[in-house]
Formats: sequence, C-alpha cells, structure tokens
Amino acid sequence: MSREAMLTAIRRGLKRGPLPSDQAAMLRGRLADHPRHLIPARSRLPHPGQVDLFVRNLEKEFASVTRVADVAAVPGAVADFLAAQNLPTSLVMAPHPELQAIDWSSRPMLSIREGRAEATDAVSVQHVFAGIAETGTMMLPSAPVRPTTINLLADTEIAILRASRIVGAYEEAWDLLRAELGGMPRNVMLVTGPSRSADIEQTLELGAHGPRQIHVVLVDDSAAS
Amino acid sequence: MHVPTSSAFKQSATEALRNAGLQKALGRSGPAFIARRAAAAANLPEFEQLRDIARDIKNHALANLDFYLETYEANVQKAGGTVHWCATAEDAREAVLKICQNAGARTVTKGKSMIGEEIAINDHLEKHGITPVETDLGEYIIQLRQELPSHIIAPAFHLNMEDWEEAFRKAHTDLPPDRTFNERRDVLTEARTKLRAKFLAADVGITGANFLIAETGSSVIVTNEGNGDLTQTLPRVHIVLASIEKCVPTIEDCTSLLRVLARSATGQDFSVYTTFSTGARRPGDLDGPEEYHVVLIDNGRSGMLGTEFQEMLRCIRCAACMNHCPVYGAVGGHAYGWVYPGPMGSVLTPGLIGVEEAGQLPNASTFCGKCESVCPVRIPLPKLMRHWREREFERHLSPTAGRTNLGLWAFFARRPSLYRLATRAAAMGLGFLGRRTGRLRSLPLAGGWTAGRDLPTPEGDTFFARYARQQREASRQ
Repeated sequence: MSREAMLTAIRRGLKRGPLPSDQAAMLRGRLADHPRHLIPARSRLPHPGQVDLFVRNLEKEFASVTRVADVAAVPGAVADFLAAQNLPTSLVMAPHPELQAIDWSSRPMLSIREGRAEATDAVSVQHVFAGIAETGTMMLPSAPVRPTTINLLADTEIAILRASRIVGAYEEAWDLLRAELGGMPRNVMLVTGPSRSADIEQTLELGAHGPRQIHVVLVDDSAAS
Repeated sequence: MHVPTSSAFKQSATEALRNAGLQKALGRSGPAFIARRAAAAANLPEFEQLRDIARDIKNHALANLDFYLETYEANVQKAGGTVHWCATAEDAREAVLKICQNAGARTVTKGKSMIGEEIAINDHLEKHGITPVETDLGEYIIQLRQELPSHIIAPAFHLNMEDWEEAFRKAHTDLPPDRTFNERRDVLTEARTKLRAKFLAADVGITGANFLIAETGSSVIVTNEGNGDLTQTLPRVHIVLASIEKCVPTIEDCTSLLRVLARSATGQDFSVYTTFSTGARRPGDLDGPEEYHVVLIDNGRSGMLGTEFQEMLRCIRCAACMNHCPVYGAVGGHAYGWVYPGPMGSVLTPGLIGVEEAGQLPNASTFCGKCESVCPVRIPLPKLMRHWREREFERHLSPTAGRTNLGLWAFFARRPSLYRLATRAAAMGLGFLGRRTGRLRSLPLAGGWTAGRDLPTPEGDTFFARYARQQREASRQ
C-alpha cells in the first residue's frame, strides 16, 4: 500500500510513469556493468609502490605495521608486538584456513582460541581480505571464517595481510570481492586505523568503541605471487 | 517530540550570541573544520573533478529513483532482509515500534541517524516502554542533556569539557564521585565502559544509512567510533533508517561518493569505519543479526522531486556548508530550531516542515556563497534559499515593514530616471545630515540596522553617476 503510494509520488515528482522498458533495460545494463568513475592517480603505481603507500597511509592513520618475510615469521612478530606492548598473550583468532595453517606452536607462549570475539577478549587476530593503498584501508568481508566481532570487541586487533593482496584503489578490491566471493557477504567493513572520536571539543582522541590499536603484520609474499 | 522552534530564529539567534559557552565552542571548532577540509581537498588533485562526478551520480540516481528503489528492495529481499515503505514520519515510527515489539525488545542501541532525529524515534520508543540508548559519543551526551544535536556530524559541537564532566557526573552516579576529568581521554574512557555494557545487552540495534546500494541491496554507514558497527552486529535485530534519496545504483557509484564525503566532512581521506550491510546472518556465520529490516522513509522528499528544490536531494550530509557558514559560525545549530541547521537546513527544513514555520531560515544568510563553493555535490544552496524567499514573499509570510520597503524599492527600480533622482536626493540628504561626524547614528525605518553600527555618510555622487563618468572618460581615451 505505502510502497505503491511512495513510488507513485516519486513518479509524479519526476513527471512520468514507470520507466519505459528500453530505459529500464539500459539501467539494468549499467547495474550489470557497474562502470568505474575517475580513480585518483595517487594509487596508480607499480605494486611495490602500492605496498609502500598502503603502509604510509596506515601509519598516518595511527595503525602500526610490522613487515615480515614469510608466513613462518608471523607468530614471532605477533609475540614480539604483544611483549613490547605489555599485552596478554591469549588471543581470539578468526578461524580462517590461512591463519590456521600458521605454525603458532613455534611461539608456545601464545594461547589461541578460534571463533568469534567476546567482550572479554583483549586481543584479536583477523585475516585481511585485501589492503587498499589509496587510503591505507583494510577490506574485511564477513564469513564463517572471518567473524565481524573480531574487528570490534578486542582492545587490540592484530591484522594479518599478505602483500600480494594489496591493491591500489577501492574499485580493485571490490573486483576481487566480486570475483572470489561471488556477491556481497552479509557485512563488509572497510577499516582505516583504530577507532576514534572527535566529539569532545572537536579534538581527536583514539580508542572510542572499537579497537584502541590496530597492528598489521604484513607478509611480503609479493615476489612469489 | 521536537516541536520546531524555527519561527523564533531571530530571538534564538540573539540568545545564542550572548551564550558565552556556545561562543567559546564555536570559536574553537569552526576554524578547525575549515582548515581540515581545505587540507584534504588540496591533497587530492582530482578533488574538483570528483565533486562533478558525485553531483552527476546523485542526479542520475534521483532521475531514476523509482527504478533504483525497486531494484534495491528486490536485492534486500534476496539477502534475507525486509524493506518497510513509510510515506510519513508517523508510518516510520510505527514500523520501527512494531519490529521492536515483535522482537520483545526492552533496550535498543542506536547509531547516529539524522533521519532518526527527524522522525523523533527515541520519544516514540520511550513512550511505549522501550529504552533507546544513543551510542555515538556526541549523541550520547545530547541524549543525557535531553537536547537536539547542534550539528549534523558533530552533535555536541556546542559543548565544552565542563559540560561533559557535568553531564557524566549527573548520569553515572554509580561511579566514584571523587574521580577526575582532567583530559578528554577520561570522558572517552568512561563512555566506552558505560556503553560497552549497553551494546551487549541490547535486543535491537538501529542505525541510519549514508547510502543504499541498488545493485546489492546494501546499506552503508560511515563512522569513526565503531559504535554503529557494534550497534548493528551484536543485537539479534538490525533496523536501518533511511530516506529515499540515499539510494545510489552501484558499489562504484557509492565509492566515488565516499571519496568526497569524509574529505568534505571531517577532512579525513576516509572515515575509520565504512561498513556495507547486506541482509541477515548467513549460514555458518558466527555473528551478526538474525533479522535485517530497512525502514525506507519519504516524509516530504518526493514532494521536492520535480521542483526547484530537487537539487537539495543530492545532499550527502557532510556538513561542509554549515562548517563554512558565517551565520552558523555565529549562532550555532540550535538557533535554527529543528533537526537540520546551517545552509542545508535552511533549504531542507522549509521543505519538510513548511515555509510558514521555517521561513526565517532561508533569510538567515549573507549569501556569501561559501556553502555552495564547498558542497561536494555542488548544491546551489544560495539559489535555493532565494527560491524559498520568493515563496515566502508570494505567500505574504514575510514581515510587513520588509514588504513595504521592498514594494517601495520596486516602484523606483522599475522607473530608472526616478530611481536615479531618488538615490541622488538620498545621497545628498544623508550627506548633509552626517556632514559633521561623517557617520549617522540612527536612521528612520532602519533602527534595527543602526542599533549595532553607524552608517558612514555618503560622499559625493551615486554609483550611477560615477559609472557614467567613468564610461565617458574611458571612451575618450
């Protein structure tokens, strides 16, 4: 009832009836092609340059980054970061196959639970789907292997990202998502640095409701890819 | 209910100018917003081109709004969500209440939503025994103080540290009274702790939407705090409040708009959390809401389509116009008397609550044009305010003195030789009256104007006379 009334009111405003079929077909074509608009030149770089730009932007937005040579070095990088920050060594980790394949027992101090995050978790480990160099943004699509709560509830989020998954612009990350996941997952978070607020006297403070800090462990697999 | 007080703008503005706390807040924050946006724009060489693109995308979406909304709904349904079409604020309040009641909700967390303010959803829920909790830090204190936001992206723009401390001490009586608020960080930490418990307890989460995407049936929110994400992830039910003009065709269209949104708003290259939500929890998911509802609201927008105000529907609510507005900068947001302040509010508010109530707002402008010059979707705000002034005049809503003066002026303006004669006489007359001091302390019919300043006395010729002389001299050379 309300639906038809609202659509009629919109068409009355636009001074026409429902779109003629040829015009509707054209719009359906536009939806299917989802054409890109102008992409800023700043991310149009050879891949190593995009990786560097990603890191620079991430650090500008108050996240920290450790670059490691291979996956085997991830547990060491995580343990060292936690020790340096004086953080607890029990972690909740996204049950992603790539994270599960890491030999975490190389650092026996780390105690890992797999699953979604709870309010009591201090540190979470997430698998990053793609990195976007343009603004140092991480794309985190929800999935059984990549729970959304991992991005939100812990004070500290550690994000594991392979350098080969860094692209220049958002559009390239969306293309990866369409190609690999087939469609929109329930939730896609684009995260650029730790949570913050400027609501008090319009002055930036880090650590609002989401993670107070984000640490990215960047695995340099680009040469191999 | 927020009863609009826009018709009392003049009085509210006068009070605002005398409010020391407000003036302190405005003086601190206004220039910062302007500098941040300028830096962000300067950092992106393509920024001006991106503004054209953003304008064109929104124009295309509005011209085909019926088609895109139907497509959007079909894709929401495919993802297991429901769209509730609501023509009025009343319909929307009822739809939200029904969803909450069906969910057996006792508390509801809320992300920041201007359409939520517009339909006054909190009051409605409270009236029916459901407790809404604002979780955006700025909205949280606004709710504690029981007032309206004074800015569309910085609700607590008008407040200072001492106001935060006062509100928190009054509300959080379970905490030690001898705790200190030395830094902003102390406020933030206390809010984080208090609200974390609310996030976990809520039965329903309500967010707004910066965009709806027809291609995928997604709603998009943009925040820095992460409160919107906790609101839509933890409770069993997620309700999205969105007005019809938020709908854009594709992810790529949305992405292009996002490139100008944060830069225009806070001067960030990108907000911390830009989140796309599409339907309810999928098989195997370990978290996320089990129900996903979109309350799609018209509430006066379709009536602006096809009129001179259609361009206003491009607005993406970045607040650049109010951040750059000398009138907003002087009186703040509350003087505007309803939900939307600043230049965008001066155009939108008369469209939504009527020019009879809000006719003073489009008059509260110096027409300096700064708002239009920074609008990321290039809305000609001064032109639209001028349209409202015309409507106000046509409908005899403007004050009698103003109408009489304008009529008098029009009489002369239509008779050029008489006009020149009259202006010459006026210039000479005023020059004679102020010949001693060079200024006039008061003028008949313009007492309001001279109450705050003197009028310098005219010196010599009128503009027309000087112009004519210059032309003559130029032609001789």
